[in-house]
Amino acid sequence: MNERENIFGRIREALRVKAPVPGSHDSKRGGADGQTVSEAEAAKHIPEWLPPVGETFDQRVELFRENALDLKAEFQLLDDPREMEAQISGLAVREGWKKVASHSGELTDRACAVLAMPRLVADRDYDIRELESCDAGISECEALIAQTGSVLVSSRSSGGRALSVLPPHHIVLARREQLLPDLPAAFALLRSKYASDYPSLISFITGPSRTGDIERILVLGAHGPKKLTILCV
Amino acid sequence: MRVTLFIPCFVDMFYPRVGVSIVQILERLGHHIDYPEELTCCGQPAFNCGYWDETRPIAERVLNRLKDAEVVVIASGSCGAMIKKFYPELFAKTPHARSALELAARCYEFSDFLVTKLGVTELGARFPHRVTFHDGCHGLRELGNKKQPRALLAKVQGLELVEMGEAETCCGFGGTFAAKFPMISTAMGEVKCASALETGAEYTVSNDASCNMHIQGLADRQRKPLRTIHLAEVLNSR
Amino acid sequence: MSAPAQQFKHDAERLTRDLRHRSLIQTSLKKYEAARDAKKSRYRDWQSARQTAAEIKWDAINHLDTYLEEFVSKLEDRGSRVHWASTSEQARQIILGIIREKNARSIIKSKVMTGEEIHLNEALEKAGLTVVESDFGEYIVQLRHEAPYHFVFPAMHLVREEISELFQERLGSKPTNDPEELMMIARQVLRDKYITADVGITGANFAIAETGMISITENEGNARLTCALPKVHIALMGIEKVIPKLEDLALFLPMLATAGAGQALTCYNSLYSGPRQPGETDGPEEFHLVLLDNKRTHLLADAEQRDALHCIRCGACLNVCPIYRNVGGHTYGTTYQGPIGSVITPYLRGLQSWKHLSYASSLCGACTEACPVKIDLHHHLLQSRRNATAQRPIWWERFAFKGFAFVMNRPVLIGLATRLARVGQKFHPLINGTRLDPARAWTRSRELPSVSKQTFKEFWKSRTK
Repeated sequence: MNERENIFGRIREALRVKAPVPGSHDSKRGGADGQTVSEAEAAKHIPEWLPPVGETFDQRVELFRENALDLKAEFQLLDDPREMEAQISGLAVREGWKKVASHSGELTDRACAVLAMPRLVADRDYDIRELESCDAGISECEALIAQTGSVLVSSRSSGGRALSVLPPHHIVLARREQLLPDLPAAFALLRSKYASDYPSLISFITGPSRTGDIERILVLGAHGPKKLTILCV
Repeated sequence: MRVTLFIPCFVDMFYPRVGVSIVQILERLGHHIDYPEELTCCGQPAFNCGYWDETRPIAERVLNRLKDAEVVVIASGSCGAMIKKFYPELFAKTPHARSALELAARCYEFSDFLVTKLGVTELGARFPHRVTFHDGCHGLRELGNKKQPRALLAKVQGLELVEMGEAETCCGFGGTFAAKFPMISTAMGEVKCASALETGAEYTVSNDASCNMHIQGLADRQRKPLRTIHLAEVLNSR
Repeated sequence: MSAPAQQFKHDAERLTRDLRHRSLIQTSLKKYEAARDAKKSRYRDWQSARQTAAEIKWDAINHLDTYLEEFVSKLEDRGSRVHWASTSEQARQIILGIIREKNARSIIKSKVMTGEEIHLNEALEKAGLTVVESDFGEYIVQLRHEAPYHFVFPAMHLVREEISELFQERLGSKPTNDPEELMMIARQVLRDKYITADVGITGANFAIAETGMISITENEGNARLTCALPKVHIALMGIEKVIPKLEDLALFLPMLATAGAGQALTCYNSLYSGPRQPGETDGPEEFHLVLLDNKRTHLLADAEQRDALHCIRCGACLNVCPIYRNVGGHTYGTTYQGPIGSVITPYLRGLQSWKHLSYASSLCGACTEACPVKIDLHHHLLQSRRNATAQRPIWWERFAFKGFAFVMNRPVLIGLATRLARVGQKFHPLINGTRLDPARAWTRSRELPSVSKQTFKEFWKSRTK
């Protein structure tokens, strides 16, 4: 309690003098005392400055596809859940999966039903070493973001905190309606869906895990998944 | 127009041809040149070292002498920035604050004066060589002069401009920085020289003679075949 | 000269001559520039984005008390414990206290610059705890017992051969020059550490007042794992990281990625609002946030330089700084390198001992131009020079500048100086560049220009006759 009061005391004392507003050192804007700026005013403009996203679903899905390619994530737009099941079966065979992890959900249940193999269900308490031994983690998501090629997950929609990051291959199952244009839309969704009872983890996943720490050479699969596959029905 | 010329100390002593070129170019354009002989220094060395009180006597003299000038042309980006951008800061909250701001509005670095104020780019100049351009930091970032020198060079007959990769990277002069941290200053200069030489240009042009002084000094010591020249001299070539 | 200043000059002297090092850093940063420019060009208006980002940060910092209060109360409402540290020592004690209370033995960390600032690892190791850095670059410098070279790219100064040798020596691995294989070696080692760690320690890039969340940005996934697996999560964060609203991240996250690494968005941007909630099956049982002042309020109190607290730690200013590119990150001897480090270190550690960082700059302004939140970096360096001399003037320098003003204001004396210089330069070649040369600071590596046969003043005089 004591340090808290000390720190607040110093902050309040310091803030008795207002700092010049941004851009006031530009000769064009001219400095002025007594000017303030507000977050609310400034933040209104955020979508205007960010990269454009297109108006239609087709434009946005194309943008998402382009971004996913650039990020080395696998993206497929499928016509119905049966195609999704086929894709999953195919992956399981090609990659030689022996065990997968998932959580219960409409799409994940369907996906896991076609895999004839043990599955760890992350809706119940689970053993972390068991999760570590899974070849793939199959989850649903909160949204897909066209502007950045991101998958929005949360501890409530995607099987907890570890499922979408521990297994070496993360499969995301999404619905077309979940494709959002940009980050502001994503925050609006979270706000309206959860009001103030947010999941304890919310994460934007933008491509497979990566590092450039060795001579700025891109290497995938640093600690998180090396592969990210997004199937959208 | 009556143009008042501000010639910095190093141009006066080491590169007077820069000043002479400016005079000749402006007179050819039909302007009358005023040169206040008693002014030499804008005060930047003391200012940059943090001695603002010691800078004011020099700066006040400049302010007073130039307050009636119709327009002031400054033969260097760094002194131009000092007078235009930093005098208002130096004199903020003093009785000279207003006149510093008023002077700033009437000051131009040479290339900016020609292009922005006079709207002139064609000077009848001829310089049949391949050149590259070094953007002095003060002129580039404090005064925003990127397009003006290039617009002028584009009209010089026979001139081929090849941009170097590190055109906007600081050459390493930085005033007293060159003396306080000579090893860093030298390394930065080496990067600049290497970039300039890569273009195969015969001349490295700049609108700041202090940058040229540093780049040339380094090139000469290391016996690199690099020749610096000031923009004004190129524009005065016929 | 202070001890840090002497060390700086000594290291700068050595590293500016190291052409291999210079070439490595410049090549690396050229790659960054190309990537950054490509991503920047996709923005509809990068300059306006900077202005908006700057305004949001201005609001946040200039109402820090209000937003901090809101943030903390939201966080505490959902079961997190918030601790307050005015100093490094207090922060260390708080963290050690939490760890001891839990009888924890092994710690896994993701990148925490504030942790470097308070020398957390040394304190933990002294207390007999095992601390493992999970961020790949941090792990490498930890094995080498080195400080991070760059606060975004800690191992930027190393090539793969050096990393391979390091792993062979410290981990007994087989030699390899393949970056992917090298990374796999580290990944294998660290895997087990995540699973067995009792406590995970992270930093935070942003703290959202409105929703009581911290935001962590990373590419590797190590912070995601650090916040998922251990039973206790401790986050250490400077008080200046607070931003007002959730939506503000829609601007800050992309700009941080673009300016910092030339990416559209970093791989994982995660928001944490507390320990695991009822109904959630994994995640830490306890979440502790340690808020650190450590002289940030001192910088806050200087309204002229307060915007340095707007920093989002993207590293863009380091990447473009020609000084950084030639001396490298270790030369600064600070937690935060480059232009931002040079601006804030005098406030965090003392002006007189660290003012040399303000002078070790040509004030080119590339940093200010690059900063996504428009911090007036290079002007702050100039202001720090003024502040340092006002606080403690160097008498002979002040005397020299008084003399300089005296001469410069008197054309007769300039004329005299010119004539003396013409005479002097005849003899100068004898001592050029030697220890006897008064201009040695220049002539040790450069030729002096010659005083011209007719100065401009002399030309003008002859003309008006």
